[in-house]
Amino acid sequence: MYPASFDYLAPATLEEALDILGRYGDDAKVLAGGQSLIPLMKLRLAAPRAVVDINRLPGLDTLATEDGGLRIGALVRHKTCERSELLGGRWGTLGAAAPLISDPIIRNLGTVCGSLAHADPQGDWGSALLAMDAEVVARGPDGTRTIPLRELFEGPFVTSLAPTEIITEVRVPDPGPSAGGTYLKLERKVGDFATVGVAVHLSVADGRVGRAGIALTAVGPTNLRATAAEEALAGSELTDEVILEAAEMAAHAAHPYSDTRGSADYKRQVVQVFTERGLRSVATSLGAPVQAGSPGPVTSEASLEATRRQDYFSGERTLAGVMEELEEKPGGPDGGAP
Amino acid sequence: MKVNVVVNGQERSAEVEPRLLLVHLLREKLRLTGTHIGCDTTSCGACTVLLDGTPVKSCTMFAVQAEGREVTTVEGLAANGKLHPIQEGFKEEHGLQCGFCTPGMLLASKALLEENPDPSEEDIRWALSGNLCRCTGYQNIVNAVQWTAKKIQSDSAATGAS
Repeated sequence: MYPASFDYLAPATLEEALDILGRYGDDAKVLAGGQSLIPLMKLRLAAPRAVVDINRLPGLDTLATEDGGLRIGALVRHKTCERSELLGGRWGTLGAAAPLISDPIIRNLGTVCGSLAHADPQGDWGSALLAMDAEVVARGPDGTRTIPLRELFEGPFVTSLAPTEIITEVRVPDPGPSAGGTYLKLERKVGDFATVGVAVHLSVADGRVGRAGIALTAVGPTNLRATAAEEALAGSELTDEVILEAAEMAAHAAHPYSDTRGSADYKRQVVQVFTERGLRSVATSLGAPVQAGSPGPVTSEASLEATRRQDYFSGERTLAGVMEELEEKPGGPDGGAP
Repeated sequence: MKVNVVVNGQERSAEVEPRLLLVHLLREKLRLTGTHIGCDTTSCGACTVLLDGTPVKSCTMFAVQAEGREVTTVEGLAANGKLHPIQEGFKEEHGLQCGFCTPGMLLASKALLEENPDPSEEDIRWALSGNLCRCTGYQNIVNAVQWTAKKIQSDSAATGAS
């Protein structure tokens, strides 16, 4: 497949890059790792008049802590994050997400900031960084501004970034001395997009949760925050009951649709299970494991019912489902005929 | 525009359109057809080449991005009429069936062994998880990489001892 023709520009400085973007208006695309942009261009879903390759810009490959926070520059590859020993412990959400991004060869080129700018609701970094309250630093013709991730993502593949702006780095605030997190992803195979992903981040102080961040992948128009769950967790003791309640709230925050990867119901249940698992695993990593209470039935009557009535893959109603619904109607399937 | 790339140790240059993909530069302009185009959608890894030693999918990179850099293709593995150890390994352990994915598998495996000379089976499967074999001959591919790791280790032990 051949992309449409474009002008290729590989500026040596950020100023030069901004200048080019200004010149092409909204008809230029920034190329960092290219692992999302180039496939889109090959499919001609994107056909920019100019491609601005920022790989030659200096100083954008920093992955380091600074004043307690973390900086990830625009040219930091997924692989660098995967290999970084820095991204454990307090930054565990990011360390857990990095090896789950696409496949190992794509991780060699793809970048964290590029993934954010691409704003795919199935992107993993969006959730991991949203859960950690990250913000991007954008340079434009009028200077530098920071955009919190929750304001960056406006819709599928749509951001609040101006076409003349470049994300130079993403900054993650100091999570405090006692914090941890994880990222759980369900994928059909390595390299596939997430069926569902859940990012969990917790900070704790005096035996109670300080800040809680829970963000969801592939179950809405953007990476979503499960705000109600976060609020329920903040300030509370992490007990079995609190964990189960938060997991249920997270499932409510999800707005999945049915597709080849699973039905909406199924995805919502995965959000619930992953949130619970994630919270338990973070509690354990923080040295305060929370045992599950007496296990309920593995498969509830309600979920059995749902499976019978809805096709597992397409989410469409099955014939049995249609018949049962008719039977439940007053008068039964024959409409009350004698 | 003109692009200059060191391919398998040789300086090569070509006049290309910016939209030309690296895999097309290799196959069509430089006539190095060992690099295969499989899915053409960044999924299968058949087109894997090494860029400055790192595996990349050459169908998902523009040729102009490789300006001034070193590319290794499957043609660059054997030297002086002698197979590269990873090629020997694939031969010894029958690490291929139809052979279509093999160039990509060889290069991804080579990069793995340079980084981790003694990989576990899981390390190998993890490192090769971006390369698909539609004959599903993964077991022998894993065996081939393990064979090669042992071969390289015993060779270097022999050189070290002599």
